[in-house]
Amino acid sequence: MQSLRGFNAARVSFARKTVQQRRATFATLPDRTEPFTATLIAGDGIGPEISEAVQKIFNAAGIPVSWEPVQVSALTGGVNTEVINSVEKNKIALKGPLATPIGTGHTSLNLALRKAFKLYANVRPSVSIPGYKTLYDNVDLTVIRENTEGEYSGIEHTVNPGLAESIKVITADASTRVAQYAFQYAHQHKRSTVSAIHKASIMKMTDGLFIDSCRKVAARWPHINYVEKSLDAAMLQLVQNPAQLDVMVLPNLYGDIVSDLCAGLIGGLGLTPSANIGRDAAIFEAVHGTAPDIAGQNKANPTALLLSGVMMLRHLGFYTKADLIHEATMATIREGKSITGDLGGKAGTSEYTDAIISRLQQEMAKRQ
Amino acid sequence: MEFNRGIRALTTACRGTFNNKVQSRSISAYHAHRQVTKRVTLLPGDGIGSEIADSVVGVFQAAEVPIEFERFDYKGGELGDNSPKYREVLSSLARNGLGLKGSFFTPLGAGFVSRNVQLRKDLDLFANVVPIKNYRGINTRHSNTKVDLVIVRENMQGEYSGHEQEVDPGVVQSLKIVSEYSSRRIVEYAFQIAQSEGRKRVTCVHKANIQKATDGLFLRTFRSVAEKYPSIEAKDMIIDNCCMQLVMHPSQFDVMVTSNLYGNIIANVAGGLVGGPGIIPGANIGAGIAIFEPGLRHSAQDIAGQDKANPTAMLLSGAEMLKYLDLNDHATRIEKAVQDVVADGKHLTRDVGGSGSTRRFTEAVIEKLTN
Repeated sequence: MQSLRGFNAARVSFARKTVQQRRATFATLPDRTEPFTATLIAGDGIGPEISEAVQKIFNAAGIPVSWEPVQVSALTGGVNTEVINSVEKNKIALKGPLATPIGTGHTSLNLALRKAFKLYANVRPSVSIPGYKTLYDNVDLTVIRENTEGEYSGIEHTVNPGLAESIKVITADASTRVAQYAFQYAHQHKRSTVSAIHKASIMKMTDGLFIDSCRKVAARWPHINYVEKSLDAAMLQLVQNPAQLDVMVLPNLYGDIVSDLCAGLIGGLGLTPSANIGRDAAIFEAVHGTAPDIAGQNKANPTALLLSGVMMLRHLGFYTKADLIHEATMATIREGKSITGDLGGKAGTSEYTDAIISRLQQEMAKRQ
Repeated sequence: MEFNRGIRALTTACRGTFNNKVQSRSISAYHAHRQVTKRVTLLPGDGIGSEIADSVVGVFQAAEVPIEFERFDYKGGELGDNSPKYREVLSSLARNGLGLKGSFFTPLGAGFVSRNVQLRKDLDLFANVVPIKNYRGINTRHSNTKVDLVIVRENMQGEYSGHEQEVDPGVVQSLKIVSEYSSRRIVEYAFQIAQSEGRKRVTCVHKANIQKATDGLFLRTFRSVAEKYPSIEAKDMIIDNCCMQLVMHPSQFDVMVTSNLYGNIIANVAGGLVGGPGIIPGANIGAGIAIFEPGLRHSAQDIAGQDKANPTAMLLSGAEMLKYLDLNDHATRIEKAVQDVVADGKHLTRDVGGSGSTRRFTEAVIEKLTN
């Protein structure tokens, strides 16, 4: 009880700090300049076109990246060692959508990657796209989901034909690790608050351990606000007033549910990027499907993969360039002249890409 | 344990007399039943509970509802397992077969089982029913979309089993239990609601792609029950997609049946679409016993005692209770008065965009009823 009181006092003193003081801490992040190599898994369907668009834009922005493309198609072969070796070497990958043949494929590759690189955190930002009208404006949320245990432990058994049990496992290690990443993410992305979402009123020990671990990590990041919220209250706030939340860190199942809900607020999964952060590598990918019906027709929207690429840049420390590409993309969509069919425009993938590049170049010229 | 068994027996005994009363519906018996003053256990609970309970008492009095409340103003913290007060509450509920309650606040941390959960388990209240729809006068982002759905939630098992243990320091696990018996019971109940309310579709919400044994059993049971109701469309949806669909296209949902935790989640998502915990009624149903309570079960500790609480959810829960008792005239009158006051918009409380108080809202409802 005593220690808890001390902890709350620390929170209150933080709350008194002004926003400027908090921002000042963020402003000190240094930009990275040294080059890197990234594995590129173009994927199936529209994958090759949208990957090409991302490469072009990165090139125009002067990102010192050399891509190492690897051929994987869930349709032809599933997991191959070439992918694993490449990601193992580069520690970083950008991945397009993969087809999901029934029964095999997509899941097994994702699973193989998750296991091979201990991908413990799934990161899903949901940001309102200007000009893409939904009932919710100015949504800017990030879900950081524990991705290795919890309700997805896979430990289940049928006691008898009419009775089944499944076991949710929560460990202090995994909870601490994902909480640590959540705060690091908040720091890198200049976010003010991390909320731990739980149902500890009911699952006292498991969710209790999760928030306990988060609380301990929070104490090490005094410039970032920390809040604990019950899952039901969080769901309600997300639907009624999403601006009340910022970065959220959650156990596996809640993270799965909340990330899809947040995507719903901004109009679905079509434009949402994601990241899978691991101990041994980080993989960035679009959440959407392969859209075989428009593949190869210069109609696909590369935004989700591009924003995944932007997440990759921030992860690596190219903060200024990441902001630059993000801004140019949003400005292009906001203007509405060169947007793709899914956003109500008439432009092709290449026109949209070129429009982003010309904005980038203008902005870069201005800054020089 | 001994004690719980005693209570179950008591509940069963009461169930007999109560059912006889309601079910023997010759016209004279019906009228005789209507004149009997029914006794109802009133448990305001924590937070805003006592204020919204007062509101119901006032409104029921004004409407001359033939109901007598047996009120227990205990806080959740006073009702420890096997404590005399908890026993008193349980036997009152078992005796009356009917209760109206607010929400008990559950402190975090091990060692104290939520009083709300314990009551449901001890009284075998297997179904939680939460009707969610748009109310005229409450403006939300989704006001122009038709929302009219009923969530039927398994109320005792699943993730709320309460079986947790520390396997090793820093490693804990909790057990989710799904039985065919309880799944069948809740799914049957959902289809019966669909049938009696003339609803067209029942959607089963689950995560059977991951939890193949537990949610798989629930889904299989759902499909087998659905076969008995060929006139009602049976659909199933994965919980994460369901939440996305709820915020994008809520009109597609009619009756939703689901497990305990998912029910808690979708009730809050769907409830948020139409205005939140202050306006949504709910019921916990068992065999011959029922406890009515606001559907989203928030105790709202933060605004307790400030005359800011929205009594709508509790008033509508009270009206639902009157329907359960076949006091349909009273129920309709009260429901209409509440809906009219909401639609007027003059006395709305803060949670739904107004600046009114609990008392003023209640007075407005009473004025509608008595004029």
